[in-house]
Amino acid sequence: MTWIVRHLWLIPSMPVLAAGLTALLRQRSRKLAAGLAIGSMVLSLSLSLVAFAQMLELSGRGIETKQVFNFPWFQVGSEWLRLGWVLDPLAAVMLIMVAFVGLLIFIYSVGYMAHDENFTRFFCFLSLFAGAMLGVAIANSLLLLFICWEIVGLTSYLLIGFWYHKPSAAAAGKKAFITTRIGDLAFLLGMVWLYSETGTLLFYDGGAGCIEHSALIALVAQTTSIGLAVSTGIGLLIFCGAVGKSGQVPLHVWLPDAMEGPTPVSALIHAATMVAAGVFLVARMFPLMSARSGIALPLTPTTTLTVVTWVGAITAVFAASIAIAQDDIKRILAYSTVSQLGYMMMGLGVGGVAVGMFHLITHAFFKALLFMGAGSVIHGCHEEHNVRRMGGLRKLMPITFATYAVGMLALCGFPFFFSGFWSKDAILHAASTWSVSKTPFYLGSIGVLLTAFYMTRQVYYVFFGKSRKGEAVVDTHHSADVGAATPRESPAVMTIPLVILATSSILLGLIGTPAWPWFDSFINSEPAKFAFRGFTEDGILPIMLSSTIIVFLGLALGWWFYGRGQIGDAESQDAVERLQPQIFNVLRNAYFVDRFYEATVIRFNTWCSRVCVWMDQWIWGGAVKLTTYLVLGLSIFDRSLDTYVVNRSFDQGCKSVTRGGQILSRLQSGRTQSYLRIVGIAFAALVLFLIWGRRG
Amino acid sequence: MNTLPLITTLTAVPLIGAFAILGVNSQNKKLPRNAALIFSFIALALTLIVWHRFNSSTGDLQFEELHTWIPALGVQYHVGIDGLGLLMLLLAAIVVPMSIAASWQIQENASLYFSLILFLQTGLIGTFTALNFFHWFIFWELSLIPAFFLIRLWGGPQRASAATQFFVYTMVGSIALLLAFLAIFQCTGVFDFISLTDLARNGQLIPSLAGKLGWHTLGPQQITMIIFCCASLGFVVKVPLIPFHTWLPSAYAEAPTGTTILLTGAMSKMGVYGFLRILFPIFFVEMRSARTLLLWLAVATIVLSAYAALAQKDLKRIFAYSSINHLGYCMLGMISVAGFHGESAAFSADKAAALNGVMLQMFNHGLTAATLFWFVALLEKRTGGLRGLNDFGGLRKVAPVFCGLMGIALFSSLGLPGLNGFIGEFLIFRGAFPLATWATALALLGLLATAIVILTILQRVFSGPLNERWQNFPDLTIGERLALLPPIALMFVLGIYPQLVLGVINSTALKIVQQMRY
Repeated sequence: MTWIVRHLWLIPSMPVLAAGLTALLRQRSRKLAAGLAIGSMVLSLSLSLVAFAQMLELSGRGIETKQVFNFPWFQVGSEWLRLGWVLDPLAAVMLIMVAFVGLLIFIYSVGYMAHDENFTRFFCFLSLFAGAMLGVAIANSLLLLFICWEIVGLTSYLLIGFWYHKPSAAAAGKKAFITTRIGDLAFLLGMVWLYSETGTLLFYDGGAGCIEHSALIALVAQTTSIGLAVSTGIGLLIFCGAVGKSGQVPLHVWLPDAMEGPTPVSALIHAATMVAAGVFLVARMFPLMSARSGIALPLTPTTTLTVVTWVGAITAVFAASIAIAQDDIKRILAYSTVSQLGYMMMGLGVGGVAVGMFHLITHAFFKALLFMGAGSVIHGCHEEHNVRRMGGLRKLMPITFATYAVGMLALCGFPFFFSGFWSKDAILHAASTWSVSKTPFYLGSIGVLLTAFYMTRQVYYVFFGKSRKGEAVVDTHHSADVGAATPRESPAVMTIPLVILATSSILLGLIGTPAWPWFDSFINSEPAKFAFRGFTEDGILPIMLSSTIIVFLGLALGWWFYGRGQIGDAESQDAVERLQPQIFNVLRNAYFVDRFYEATVIRFNTWCSRVCVWMDQWIWGGAVKLTTYLVLGLSIFDRSLDTYVVNRSFDQGCKSVTRGGQILSRLQSGRTQSYLRIVGIAFAALVLFLIWGRRG
Repeated sequence: MNTLPLITTLTAVPLIGAFAILGVNSQNKKLPRNAALIFSFIALALTLIVWHRFNSSTGDLQFEELHTWIPALGVQYHVGIDGLGLLMLLLAAIVVPMSIAASWQIQENASLYFSLILFLQTGLIGTFTALNFFHWFIFWELSLIPAFFLIRLWGGPQRASAATQFFVYTMVGSIALLLAFLAIFQCTGVFDFISLTDLARNGQLIPSLAGKLGWHTLGPQQITMIIFCCASLGFVVKVPLIPFHTWLPSAYAEAPTGTTILLTGAMSKMGVYGFLRILFPIFFVEMRSARTLLLWLAVATIVLSAYAALAQKDLKRIFAYSSINHLGYCMLGMISVAGFHGESAAFSADKAAALNGVMLQMFNHGLTAATLFWFVALLEKRTGGLRGLNDFGGLRKVAPVFCGLMGIALFSSLGLPGLNGFIGEFLIFRGAFPLATWATALALLGLLATAIVILTILQRVFSGPLNERWQNFPDLTIGERLALLPPIALMFVLGIYPQLVLGVINSTALKIVQQMRY
């Protein structure tokens, strides 16, 4: 075991340590806070690079790359519960991505949050987030992963509600936490189930881990009472956690609202890293999710992966269609993120770890780029979020525009030059060969069309045409100090990260082309081979061709609707709305899912709590009251019995005795004459009696 | 043992303190609280010594003291602790200083107030250490009576009815318990818990009960069952389990907050403790028969109380219901263990996990709930008694430290990993899931509702625009920060290094699992 494996824990500890120190700082120590956070990320990134280099070296030599370090945490019963960390290509890739994107966003935040009074607290939360996220990446125990996962959720909650004085931000944070918690509870249940079945939560433990061969065989062999294999049951429960975190249908509702947070937060947490944690979880648990019994046909996917695929495919199209009708620049990107996460899930389901993870990595770069570009736009436009009140920024913010365009083309999957094309194509290609159904492939293709369309719409609204700022009504907040100031380019501390990310978004595509599928080989710990033959295999070219056509179609449609003529002002109808007002309305309201939940789940919840209080008051409390009244009634009865029966007869008895006494007491009046009289009478009587008796 | 009888000394310290403070002139406001704090710290120090000397590798009783008391009645003075007892002693020793600190403002009749608190502590220590029913019951009642007066004399506006309800309710339970043990004594002539456990283990308990108490057509099992029901009533009320919980919200809400800390932090553990110490070893057969019923009652307790908390508007009532909810998890874990699984190693591992979780949860809940109520006390001090959910808003702006620290305590109550609440709940769920699958799955609803409750508090009290009324809300003072530091630090320590507590209780949990094999 090498030094870096033994000290892998240092990578997440650096930011956590920085967070701890920052928490103790005063509000004024802004430079120190930013310095600590960025410094810790630089250290983490360097250590991650060391780890990555080691993985490269090992996989280049074709050696088994998985290295684990386990340690005991606490003792329960006769055994110790152990935690640990693992260094394998999956973790290494995730570490690099999180540390690199995180570092860039930290730097960007220095500029973006420069005027915020809670600057230090922002960096405290952000560092804590980065630490927990790096922890998710290296965890070798489902429990450790869950712990980091929950802390990630906490920081997400804290950062969405960072501007806590806004009620909408506070509500959005709460909604995010609770919606993801629904998934997390299922995850928890899956975890305890897995633990009780296998007796360990370590992923890899020299053959005894819970997702290693022997444990999987045992899990697949058992069947639950409802007919599912135990592995399927556990897999689905754990997937629920991923659905919550990664904003998949039906738990996607929190992610668009999470845009209430500062834009760097949206870029880091709600686009690049945290939301991808769900995808990472599925990737990490892939051996379990894909475990099948020996008798099943090798080509049929497992139930779990089928569910993953369908959920992903549906989410991809569902969210992309909503993005068409949004006006808030960040909400468009949020729905786009949901949609792309759907692609990743689909990629995992149909193509395996490498396919899903490649899209995760490329997406992290270009989506972080897009969000930071959006942040730059918002910053330049003085907190304006509505794309329809922007316009003409192409000339005013050239760097932002150029980088944003790169991100947009990467997201759309513009052929050859952009990373998104290669990663999306790998997913579509895998979907086209999926044995269960072709529908996910068609859904994915429709998603590509929609993505190209809504991104074109957004770019035209934001960067082209004339500024529509002046025509707008005075916006709600920050209006006083803004006035009619013209938008301006953001400072270098914000634009340099944009340029770096834009470059990465282009270059990353090179590591996953069919000709040189380096990423795929790396994840699978094989040496990568370079061969142009890759393009001609298994119908890859037709898929590329079709997706290219679809992308161009989407871009052209976008141009047809928004680029051709003059864009109307913010109050006029959207071009699509003019064509199909009803459909547009449904899309704008995100298929009314939120309202549906309000009318059903939330109302039911409120009703439940009322019922519980009512039961407390009337049933349980009522029973107690009833008992009280019974006891009271009994005592009243007792008292009346006492008063009217016992006491009265007692009184009567007493009275008779008294009366008798009074009568008798007359005899003892103490007067000698009466005593003598009685003695005399008695004497006379006695004499008479004796005489009477003698005669008889 | 010719060393100092530590347990007796520990029991005596607060008692001496209580009598000493009682003698203080009632005009003197400061002396009673200072003296009470000092005595509670002495008790804490003694408890730490006990902890230090405790041998955690065995689940057997330690620090035992056994003296004949009333030979004619089989009454002995018998005290001793195992891991569970030690844990409860630690909890009581931690919670009492917190309660005294949170009662710092009490002016009216301060000497009586603080001496009652120390009486209560004696009752708690006695209950957690006594091994003979006779003096165990005296201590059990001794903790009840001071609590009644604390609520009755220093409570809120509804204190009269709350105190009466609390007293009568608990008293009914206690009397049932007393009757049950008198019946047992009549048949066996034994008051000692350990001897009774041995009798039960040998299978002599049921025949001897039936022999003396044969009544009409009731078989031996039914008679024992009736006695078990009477005995468990006392504990079930104390825990409390729905539907015997209605005394709790009003008692917690009306009691002075310093007293609520004691009620929730330490006294609420007496019920679960009684189950583990008395009912489990003596009535294991009956526990098994009643298992299904008790299990679903526990689930109902978890879910219903969490939902009831959701509809409350008073912070103290919210935390009161949440307290019921948290002890519901203890009941769930404990009762799931009661089933019979023989020697099966897998189930033994599950049971050990569940029992460890239950004990850890008892300690964690005591710590967290006491801290939360302390924060409520601080809030009341600043607002003149206001503590409604909707009375505040945006406090983070004016009192960031207060909100930050209370936020930590709230998240600990929610069961966030990294803080103390999580490991206990995780172990309970881990242990209970294979033993009682559907009940455990359903209990997750309680976790969800608790999360909603906690986040609603964070949203309404701390976030949103600042309520103009609290423009000058003072943040925590340096003294308050220092006072709150130990419990908050403990939350982190136990969240990151739970072995600190689990190391103490694991052997005891294993021993109980061993006993359940029969």
